[in-house]
Amino acid sequence: MSTLDPKSRAAARGMSDLAIRNLFIVPTILFLIVFNIFPLLYSLGYSFTDFRASTNAPANFVGLQNYRELLNDPYIWNNFAVTAKYVIVSVVGQVVVGFGTAMLLNRDILFKGLITTLLLLPMMLSMAVVGLFWKLLYDPSWGVINWALGLGKFEWLGDPRMALYAVAITDIWMWAPFVMLLSLAGLSAVPKHLYEAAAIDRAGPLYTFFRITLPLVAPILMIAIIFRTMEAFKTFDLAYVLSTQPSTEVISIRLYKMAFQEWQTGRSCALAYIVLIMVLAITNIYVKYLNKVKER
Amino acid sequence: MRKSVTSVLAGVSLALACGTSVHAQEKQLTIFWAEWDPSNYLQELGNEYEKETGVKVVVETTPWADFQTKAFAEFNAHGDAYDLVVGDSQWLGAASEGGHYVDLTDFVKENHVLDKMAEATVKYYAEYPGGSGKYWAIPTEGDAVGWAYRKDWFEDPKEKEAFKAKYGYDLDVPKTFKELTDIAEFFNRPDQNRYGIAIYTQNQYDGLAMGVENALFSYGADLGDYSTYKVDGVVNSDKAVAALENYRKLFGFTPPGWTNAFFVENNQAITEGLAAMSMNYFAFLPSLLNESTNPHAKDTGFFANPAGPGGDQFAALGGQGISVVSYSNNKEEAMKFLKWFIQDDTQKKWADLGGYTCNKSVLESEAFQNATPYNKAFYDTMFKVKDFWAVPEYAELLQQFNQRVYPYVVNGQGSAKEVLDAVASDWDGTFKKYGRVK
Repeated sequence: MSTLDPKSRAAARGMSDLAIRNLFIVPTILFLIVFNIFPLLYSLGYSFTDFRASTNAPANFVGLQNYRELLNDPYIWNNFAVTAKYVIVSVVGQVVVGFGTAMLLNRDILFKGLITTLLLLPMMLSMAVVGLFWKLLYDPSWGVINWALGLGKFEWLGDPRMALYAVAITDIWMWAPFVMLLSLAGLSAVPKHLYEAAAIDRAGPLYTFFRITLPLVAPILMIAIIFRTMEAFKTFDLAYVLSTQPSTEVISIRLYKMAFQEWQTGRSCALAYIVLIMVLAITNIYVKYLNKVKER
Repeated sequence: MRKSVTSVLAGVSLALACGTSVHAQEKQLTIFWAEWDPSNYLQELGNEYEKETGVKVVVETTPWADFQTKAFAEFNAHGDAYDLVVGDSQWLGAASEGGHYVDLTDFVKENHVLDKMAEATVKYYAEYPGGSGKYWAIPTEGDAVGWAYRKDWFEDPKEKEAFKAKYGYDLDVPKTFKELTDIAEFFNRPDQNRYGIAIYTQNQYDGLAMGVENALFSYGADLGDYSTYKVDGVVNSDKAVAALENYRKLFGFTPPGWTNAFFVENNQAITEGLAAMSMNYFAFLPSLLNESTNPHAKDTGFFANPAGPGGDQFAALGGQGISVVSYSNNKEEAMKFLKWFIQDDTQKKWADLGGYTCNKSVLESEAFQNATPYNKAFYDTMFKVKDFWAVPEYAELLQQFNQRVYPYVVNGQGSAKEVLDAVASDWDGTFKKYGRVK
């Protein structure tokens, strides 16, 4: 048994515990400061200027002008409305399909492992590749979807009223497996004896679902919803590749055009902050709800 | 000891050899362009330059969708990755006012570029502001919008007979927009999976604008007065309204889902046997003559953008000029390359390789005009082209144009007059914002 005091033992190892802790933490903090915090603050500064990165002109302070103009721009509000509609359709669809699939898989079936793996494949693909594939699938002249459903020349992406739903369907196909995976984890953690007790009490399937399954899986489902809402709010690739309809111009696409096609750097920084604040606010509401669910 | 000395000497020799090799490698010019066939031709031309001078030329490329973003990201960072860039004509304002391009005015005058190149190409690919006599590029890849069509459909006696019975004149290559519209309507047969026409509709960048311009310019309208920035009464003139109405009418004869179409889709319209006529830049037309990519290659013909009701005949300009990047460390070498590039012999080689030269003497030569089935149409077009605004805020103008015009053309929302009035108002606001008009 060692008779050395803690400091001496650390010294004997060559490095103190504090030094080892710092060795692990400091690079991460430095990385975060350089690549996250610094650009975040720097862009906040730019959002109050008329800076354009494509010119050599200096950035002039314009106060809240960028924010004021953006919040008074009907096109920007339209982009937000499109985004909100997309988020609702996409996330609700993913939860329904993902959770439903998880319920089906949460039983003893043949080739369960293989089926689960195959169902997870879409979310492992690149967004751009998925977009290009689905563009072909949706094609009114030679697309497989119209052929399979017998829809003739139905225009999924050409019809401004349908285009957003078509993009959302693709997103649901791609990301419902993510919700399914988390739901499966939640479902497998529900104690079996609760179902046995419910069966003894002759509880029906709906009662069992709403009183046992859903409440116990709710926290993990909420986490899936938070992740998917944040991602859907920021969506860019799918909508950009699939459609150019104004009815699918989500806020990220508008932001991209403003920042990297029009080079309105100051203004686009302001828009990015508005988006950030909205995502934070929505996430905060979800997290509060998640805590409430956990407390039950 | 002797072994050690030998080893050291061998090491020094190797180091010197490497040093020499590195020194030779230093003479390299990097040209940035979009990823398409002409950039491969330019690389081949660059290889010729290397043979003659020992200076290596590397043509770096990126997909079209990424081209503008990547080029300006490098400019904005004052990066020296590229010595020359073959940039879009719309970039001239942003790149020259931003200090990213070297002023080539003296070079252009000293080397008589104005005499050597087609007038319109110098005006739109090189000069900014318009009419200022200041030049920032050398016309490189001339391009404009032309048309491909199905010769076998047009020449079918039954079709000819049916067309004459319906419209009262012979079915032939359209010479006016009226004829173009009639033919598009005639061949539009959704029940046979045949459609009349393929036009540009993509609104992510300049696709839709380039498409609409073809009608607008030939109808005798303009996007504005490029010297005074007056747009009201110009972009929304009666002629412009009529042109836009016709473009919307043409959209009715496109294949289903033709709402995000640009050069790839419009070539597909021919290769897939979908449309009788297809609008596209000349630079993308060569692949339509390749039987491995187009099963209808033998039956594909080409024509220049037709005239409008008043007889005006113009086409939207594509193509690019080559500019020296201000942040390059090889500006002197880049100028030497340009001097070599503008020579008549080099321009002839450029055309032989497949590049669309802007050199007058090559363009006017019979050898060039007969070299391919589309060269004659290209020649006819290159002397009557017009372009979009080249001001630094051109991307904002494009965005405003797309926001207003796309819903009308594709979804039939509003009227042509309302849409163009709104464009005029948006553009006027933008020009006021940047202090171009009071």
